[in-house]
Amino acid sequence: MNTSPEPAAAIAPRWHRIRMIEHPALRYGLFALAVIYVFWSMGALDLNWHRISNGIPRAGNMFARMIPPDFSRWSLLVKGILESVQMALAASFFGMILAVPLGLCGAANLVPKPVYLVARALIILSRTFHEIIIAIFFVKIFGFGPLAGVLTLIVASTSFISKMIAEDIENMTPGQLEAVRATGASFPKLLIYCISPNTLPRYLGVSIYRLDANIRHSTVVGIVGAGGIGQVLAATFSRYDYDFSLAILITIVSLVFLGEFFSSWVRGHLR
Amino acid sequence: MTVIEHAEKYPEIWRRFSPRMTLIRYVWYVAIVAVATWSISNLDLPWFYFLDAHVQALDLVTRMWPPELEFWETLALPLLETIHIATLGTIFTLIIAFPVAFLAARNTTFNTATWFIGRLILVTSRSVNTVVWGLFFVAMFGPGPLAGIWAIAFRSIGFMGKLVAEAIEEIDEGIVEAIDATGASRLQVLWYGILPQVLPVIYGTTIYRWDINIRESTVLGFVGAGGIGILLYSSINQFQWREVSLILLTVFGVVMVSEFVSAMVRKRIS
Repeated sequence: MNTSPEPAAAIAPRWHRIRMIEHPALRYGLFALAVIYVFWSMGALDLNWHRISNGIPRAGNMFARMIPPDFSRWSLLVKGILESVQMALAASFFGMILAVPLGLCGAANLVPKPVYLVARALIILSRTFHEIIIAIFFVKIFGFGPLAGVLTLIVASTSFISKMIAEDIENMTPGQLEAVRATGASFPKLLIYCISPNTLPRYLGVSIYRLDANIRHSTVVGIVGAGGIGQVLAATFSRYDYDFSLAILITIVSLVFLGEFFSSWVRGHLR
Repeated sequence: MTVIEHAEKYPEIWRRFSPRMTLIRYVWYVAIVAVATWSISNLDLPWFYFLDAHVQALDLVTRMWPPELEFWETLALPLLETIHIATLGTIFTLIIAFPVAFLAARNTTFNTATWFIGRLILVTSRSVNTVVWGLFFVAMFGPGPLAGIWAIAFRSIGFMGKLVAEAIEEIDEGIVEAIDATGASRLQVLWYGILPQVLPVIYGTTIYRWDINIRESTVLGFVGAGGIGILLYSSINQFQWREVSLILLTVFGVVMVSEFVSAMVRKRIS
């Protein structure tokens, strides 16, 4: 859209839609490329209608065996869910604590360059790998069970929260830092009186968000043997206990829903 | 104002918090620590595993180095498969998430019941992890990339649908009314009034989700849903740690590149 004044004749007589990509050749070219890609990749993966249509009766069969959900083994279910929740709580707690030093070290305007680079590299490294890959390594080192799961979630939470802290500190107006520094404040005082008031609300918000993300992730690290309800869930799938699987899934969904509700309630109060 | 009142209001030593606020803060601290302690003590963690953890870790590192470079030939195709799974999954998400987002946005849904259904779909999709969806679809379609694509799509619907629905709720109603006033049908209002306003959000979230999906699809193979995860899982089970380290290096590279591409495209869009 051109806002500069133009003679009336120069304005196009016909209205046309504003496009994200104005050039038609580029627009249709990209679209055509996407279509070609879809066909090529589906060919490469050997996907065809035959396989999809084969799956539909199997899906029907599976649903028939899933319904009604079987809550009769509720003690196993409660034990698994409780373990997942405890893993999530413990991981969020340690993640919150460990994220503070890492986040401070990852802020370019606060620490020397080498420290900054090391901290950022750690954050990037642990964010790149999926929780399950990290979980496998912890399972190898610490054996099966919730300990590996908790450590995995701690690593994931720490890198997530510390990235937010580092970005928050970097986005602070330099004036405030300078003002507090000008009073002769030491580094700890700078932290308490300048950085923490600036970053605390978002830090708490992110931590609470991370708690509910941890509840979601704690249900899955069990698939590689790192404890929690995921271990039970994976077992039910391999034993074709689909009615118990559905019971577990329903419980997970309602738990996550509760967690999200709690998290948004707390974050609403923080503002 | 008496001297005492003044002294109370403006004390010699400045403090950030009043005693009441300090008390509330400490109550919170104690509560948080109590919850954390309860969780950890109930988990029954075998702390003695920490004693030889560094030995185990060091052992793993020495076994992993150097990466088995010849393994590259076996790696290439599953890697491509991983990228295909993520991309196709994202494309299917785009097709499904858009109508669901319209149901889940208050101003475009038909009635409360459809709004509730839309929200329920979004919440269910989001609360089940991609890998759990993978378990589900492997049981349905058998092992292979098809299950992976559906798993990616079903997890992403909730993510994209939620963001797009929020964008639809925040659109400029004036434009919608103006198009409505020309006598446009409901579909035309949607096409000319609402869609252009949320299109940037749709493109942005699609690219963003694509780069998350690349990372997620690297582990789908653990439950048999195709991609490089299958290879990673079998290498780990056969203790071929040098192969594992090459796979991890590759995954790292691909995820970094996809994150970079995604960030670049999003910057250009906004």
